[in-house]
Amino acid sequence: MRRATRGDVKTVWYWVLLIPFVAMLWPPFFNFQKPALAGIPFFYWYQFLWVILSACITGAVYLLAHKDR
Amino acid sequence: MIAWPAVAVFVLLFALVTVLGFWGASWRSGDLGLLDEWALAGRRFGTLVTWFLIGGDLYTAYTFIAIPALVYGQGALAFFTLPYTAIVYPIAFVFAPRFWTVAKKRGYITFADFARERYDSRMLSLAVAITGILATMPYIALQLVGIQVVIAAMGLGGSGAARDLPVIIAFVILAAYTYRGGIRAPALIAIVKDALIYVTVIVAIIVIPAKLGGLAHVLASADQLLHARPKPSGILLAPQAFTPYVTLAIGSALALFMYPHSITAVLSAASANVIRRNMAVLPAYSVLLGFMALFGYAAIVAGIHPANSSRVVPDLFARMFPPWFAGFAFAAIAIGALVPAAIMSIAAANLFTRNVYREYINHACTARDEAANAKIVSLVVKLGALIFVLFAPVSYAIDLQLLAGGWMLQTFPALIVGLYTRWFHRNALLAGWVVGMILATALPVSQHFVSVYPLHVGGVTVSAFAALYALAVNFAVAAALTLVFDGLKVPRGKDLTVPSDYRDDGSLDDSPLVYRK
Repeated sequence: MRRATRGDVKTVWYWVLLIPFVAMLWPPFFNFQKPALAGIPFFYWYQFLWVILSACITGAVYLLAHKDR
Repeated sequence: MIAWPAVAVFVLLFALVTVLGFWGASWRSGDLGLLDEWALAGRRFGTLVTWFLIGGDLYTAYTFIAIPALVYGQGALAFFTLPYTAIVYPIAFVFAPRFWTVAKKRGYITFADFARERYDSRMLSLAVAITGILATMPYIALQLVGIQVVIAAMGLGGSGAARDLPVIIAFVILAAYTYRGGIRAPALIAIVKDALIYVTVIVAIIVIPAKLGGLAHVLASADQLLHARPKPSGILLAPQAFTPYVTLAIGSALALFMYPHSITAVLSAASANVIRRNMAVLPAYSVLLGFMALFGYAAIVAGIHPANSSRVVPDLFARMFPPWFAGFAFAAIAIGALVPAAIMSIAAANLFTRNVYREYINHACTARDEAANAKIVSLVVKLGALIFVLFAPVSYAIDLQLLAGGWMLQTFPALIVGLYTRWFHRNALLAGWVVGMILATALPVSQHFVSVYPLHVGGVTVSAFAALYALAVNFAVAAALTLVFDGLKVPRGKDLTVPSDYRDDGSLDDSPLVYRK
């Protein structure tokens, strides 16, 4: 097996970037009032949360695929 | 009535960024007689400056005004902005560093430069340039509208010359420092803009709901009020709004990083990794925009009845804040207009200079002619936007900007797909683009500038973002004609890029900038 050398990018991690698409692009998943968080309907806090989670996912993919080169 | 404390704070902050704008020319100095330095600051911006720059560039004053206005008018549907501004970054994470790399190695300043060399097609390159210029012009005009509405909200509205004078002054200042310093000016101003916007929105998201009985109460009341309207909506999506919600998010996300002003900011980054890191931290602005969107509900509950939809947020701020802080917030919005307006004019100037002037008018143009020409064009572009704002109804600019996203999307097969494969024939891409542009214009226009189109197929109606329908047809035409042209052995042209041009291998520093020389 060949050792990963400088210049190799582990782009297989890019598939992880699809998670936010699944989470955010299917309204039947989240178009609800309940469970509310501090009175805020699920529709809102879920999507705000996913804006942040998707940023974390992008950051993680960067670290995994590009950082240790 | 003129709110003088607001005006005073506003003028003070505006003066501050004016000084910064002019000082920008000597910041991280370079030879401003070259397009690469004037338009892209020598491609040397690090992660932090790029974050301020792209954030200040993409989240425009108009965005901060239009999204809450859409929430005010239509309720939950407008929150497509959350999935949109979340998924746009994973998308750009994949292709933007690749484009940055090939652009750096081949000396590209525009996406049309790429189309020119990748497909060996002057026509396709021209199509990309025209799309970019067409889409950018109304967007610049809307930034000036953003300045107009906050000035009006401070009571400086008046009529005739008194109404227009502040916008003209702002425009002249903006034009002068952009001419002088190029992208350095908006990059510096972006730092101030973004700081002001963050402070404004964070204060507003605490103060405004508190004054209206808490965010939960605001949402519940807004829901009742929206349902009671003649055209009812609410704070959740109706089932028939699912496909519009999703397709608006996808279509907008695919288009955003093809806009010329996005590309200009991306290319001024110092490395592909600077861009990748930014795709993970830029969503901070998306959270901010989401908060802004909630102010649309706050305006409903506060009983704001704006003269026109652009006034929702300014009127809300004027009602809820003490005058001095309203002035601060208005300055944040107005300065927020300057950054994208400057970058958009630079981007449109690059397209015209590189892909029209140099390609069709003056082949012998030297690097210095190129920069000199772009500087003049950046002035012409802004002047055009100003004249448009002063003499045409605001609704024209809004309608055109609505079409613009659809237009940009039609360059997707040539540009984004083109970064990965040259499977499509250049003439087929051009034909697909023509059909796509016609549909992306005709579908919204046929229903009085509504971007969601109800498509009837065999008894079923699917409402979706018209631009995505146009893109689907565009792809189909391009694919079918590729087979035809290849079958007829129509020449494909020579690809001037090579696979290693796309590889981010750290061997960039001494590569010459060689675009077509």
